[in-house]
Amino acid sequence: MPTTEATTVTIRIPTPLRSATDGASTVEVEGTTVNDALRTLVDRYPELKDNLYNEDDELRQFVNIYVGDDDIRFGDGVETPLEGGDEVSIVPSIAGG
Amino acid sequence: MPSLPTTSSPPSVSAQSPADLVEQIGDTPLLRLDAVAADLPDTVTVYAKAEHLNPGGSVKDRPALAMVRDGLERGAFGRDQTLIDATSGNTGIAYAMIGAALGLDVTLALPENASDERKKTLRAYGAELLLTDPMEGTDGAQRHVKALVEAEPDRYFYPDQYNNDANAQAHYDGTGREILEQTDGRVTHFVTGLGTTGTFMGVTRRLKEHRSDIQCVAVQPDAPMHGMEGLKHMDTALVPGLYDSSVADAHRTCTTEAAFNMTRRLAREEGLLVGPSAGANVASALAVARSLDAGVVVTILCDTGTRYLSDDFWE
Repeated sequence: MPTTEATTVTIRIPTPLRSATDGASTVEVEGTTVNDALRTLVDRYPELKDNLYNEDDELRQFVNIYVGDDDIRFGDGVETPLEGGDEVSIVPSIAGG
Repeated sequence: MPSLPTTSSPPSVSAQSPADLVEQIGDTPLLRLDAVAADLPDTVTVYAKAEHLNPGGSVKDRPALAMVRDGLERGAFGRDQTLIDATSGNTGIAYAMIGAALGLDVTLALPENASDERKKTLRAYGAELLLTDPMEGTDGAQRHVKALVEAEPDRYFYPDQYNNDANAQAHYDGTGREILEQTDGRVTHFVTGLGTTGTFMGVTRRLKEHRSDIQCVAVQPDAPMHGMEGLKHMDTALVPGLYDSSVADAHRTCTTEAAFNMTRRLAREEGLLVGPSAGANVASALAVARSLDAGVVVTILCDTGTRYLSDDFWE
């Protein structure tokens, strides 16, 4: 059931992006959809914006976002709803050898 | 249509005698790119080394075999030991294939988000998989392997592809030599992406020995977050011990979008079903070629596109 409290979720930051989050591996934000949460993240850490969004301000095609263990591509994309306590992971591609 | 230069090797299947699988590694064709290079003047040619035609489907067959042979010859790889290494997939597939063919045990650490095709291929060859935290990428897989090897050093042979000179040596002895032979020494530019950096370091050393003015260009992703599996953004990654940035004559970056676009074009216009790192290489090689009045530019088709069929960049 929806509550009147704001929805706080945890975003997990992959190692390559931690230089943009002052080293933080997780960031707590409020948001009721993946889009809300990521926009709040990018507002707080503007260096992340070009890594996550293209020049048309859309999530870049190759950026993998999971809610829990589920790829949002197989859900409602950036409109995937969030509940309090959800973990949103930004998963990097696999580098090198 | 791309055509084989006349200097390429004869077909490996002959009526003479059966051969070992591992002997089929290397001596790949050098293909002239045609449709995607149609805007270039006749005086500029771009060739791609078809490494996806190695038996394991990638350029990594070469360093994997070289590191296994080196370990066996030095006595560092005992018959009762298990080969263990961290991999993004291709080197692991090469180790697993070679291990199956030679009767060697193989254990591989790779991030859990590696594609199903990769994980299933590795298991089909009989390798044991250790799946590591996706958030830590291959750097996390490397740390995991190091901890296991430190705990039980006698149990494992750990080639450590990022820091093993035999990796780059495989490209000095093979890839670089073949490029010189297949272009009759006319290569003027070599362009390739950086992962372990073995290909770039080994080929560059070979080409520079032949003629020091051959220009060697290293390619990296444009940003920490990218989709070119296998390529490393050095500023935000564990830098391989093999890598010496000073040997490059120039450094370039490639966007994921440009790499995906070229990967699609290579399939549709050249009949070359290869992966995104090959797309990045060809896009970068063409950019270098467009800056020239005359030249012979060579790049690498790193791996087969069949490894990426479940990805959504083909449409």
